[in-house]
Amino acid sequence: MSVDAQTVRRIAHLARIAVSEEEVGPLQGELNAILAFVEQLGAVDVEGVEPMTSVTPMAMKKREDAVTDGGRAREIVANAPETEDHYFLVPKVIE
Amino acid sequence: MSELNELTLAEARDGLRARTFSARELTQAHIAAVEKARALNAFILETPERALAQAEVSDAKIAAGEGRPLEGLPLGIKDLFCTHGVTTTAASKILGGFEPHYESAVTANLWRDGAVMLGKLNLDEFAMGSSNETSAFGDVVSPWRRQVDGVVSEARIVPGGSSGGSAAAVAARLCLGATATDTGGSIRQPAAFTGTVGIKPTYGRCSRWGTVAFASSLDQAGPIARTVRDCAILLGSMAGPDARDTTCADLPVPDFEAAISRGVKGLTIGIPKEYRVEGMPAEIQRLWDQGADWLRAAGATIREISLPNTRHALPAYYIVAPAEASSNLARYDGVRYGLRVPAGDIVGLYEKTRAAGFGREVRRRIMIGTYVLSAGYYDAYYVRAQKIRTLIKRDFEAAYADGVDAILTPATPSSAFGIGEMASADPVEMYLNDVFTVTVNMAGLPGIAVPAGLDGQGLPLGLQLIGRPFDEETLFAAAQTIEDAAGRMTLPKPWWA
Repeated sequence: MSVDAQTVRRIAHLARIAVSEEEVGPLQGELNAILAFVEQLGAVDVEGVEPMTSVTPMAMKKREDAVTDGGRAREIVANAPETEDHYFLVPKVIE
Repeated sequence: MSELNELTLAEARDGLRARTFSARELTQAHIAAVEKARALNAFILETPERALAQAEVSDAKIAAGEGRPLEGLPLGIKDLFCTHGVTTTAASKILGGFEPHYESAVTANLWRDGAVMLGKLNLDEFAMGSSNETSAFGDVVSPWRRQVDGVVSEARIVPGGSSGGSAAAVAARLCLGATATDTGGSIRQPAAFTGTVGIKPTYGRCSRWGTVAFASSLDQAGPIARTVRDCAILLGSMAGPDARDTTCADLPVPDFEAAISRGVKGLTIGIPKEYRVEGMPAEIQRLWDQGADWLRAAGATIREISLPNTRHALPAYYIVAPAEASSNLARYDGVRYGLRVPAGDIVGLYEKTRAAGFGREVRRRIMIGTYVLSAGYYDAYYVRAQKIRTLIKRDFEAAYADGVDAILTPATPSSAFGIGEMASADPVEMYLNDVFTVTVNMAGLPGIAVPAGLDGQGLPLGLQLIGRPFDEETLFAAAQTIEDAAGRMTLPKPWWA
């Protein structure tokens, strides 16, 4: 499989990365080089093989359903570019 | 006192305990070495005041007879570990001036044990790279130089990546040891390129909590140091259970330092025939054979084994790792922390921020990951790659079930290359650097790189040992055997100072 210029623009939008028209061509070439490299996996027989979900056999750790942390609003917004009253500020999204 | 930075971590520890010198003197020697080595660009941030304050505490502890395991030992921290109140960048512009309000589990363990922080070390942006040329803070320069016809060339050499700052700083004696991380080879490849020792422990041995995520099912922290013993000491402090990382194993940390003197008598070491790749330099094959001979001479049985799915590991990795990265890096959106490029609407803000904040390699990997996870391609790429991962892991399980205790391979397919030499190559050529290391991440196994010799250009070459899950002790024992046989690597004289 290889990607065309339109697909590059679509992926960039899905990834929320602005791509200029001059960048589309080179990106298309680079992505196709990587896709050509991984193409060989299509020939591997994976019939009946389970996809890996955990690299070491382990049961997911669980803990008691209790509040263990919190009350850190000031710390959480401390690194935000724009905040007001412990809220993150973004451009208007709802009219 | 400047020669104090030439000590190994174990020697420095013993010297502090015997009060031959103080933690303050040891730290000052390292701060001076760091200041003189700025040409290497190994540090993104130097923290000398903090180091001296910690050293003062250490001297008081030692005086009171309350010295902890790493008391007063100056270390460098890869700038992928969040450090409380100290800027953490992941070598990316997108984190802006991010100052964590928490400490990563691994670094918290080091400070608990009395270590001293010299600063934050350079790396490839978000740990994506094999040469430390993708950092937003510039390339790291290796302390090593090539010899061409017996003359030392001034051409700058890469230290490998992504833990290039860690490897360069350790090789240049700017710190006694360093933290590093390994997603596809990012501890072992730079260690091999710089004549240092690096171990990626079993997935789950170290907590990932507070370490900037790249590919969560592959990422593991580990140390880079100048000797096998030093790595064992550091891993003993870095590792351990942590309830905040659900994939962190609830297992006690063995005495890794004690394991180095076990030897390899009676062990069976596998030599996987599939690692004999086409175009591998003859000197790497020779060194690999030499490594097997050293282990045999020390009492191990050497056996050829087969890991038939080896060649699928690298392509499968370049589906799994970008897929997980595209998901993990979705959080950098210009809203909660880091860089923000204003725009009229929210999507424009995301797109402009991420275009400006991420470097070329990171953008490329996010886009590949987005593509392989997108509707219609998920099964063909991602699910298939995860099935192949199961096959890769089965290969190792079969070898271990057949009585193999550890596996010996070269660490890298070549020695270090020059800065900029791979610039015109397509991305896949750079990815081939990880051909011997990436299988280990895909199978979640421990792997250690240990220096074994020099190539014809005078650059170091390393061997890799791969172990059973949670059996780092055998790796330390076998790596020590190689270090003893090869002799400690003679590191380059400080031309940079």
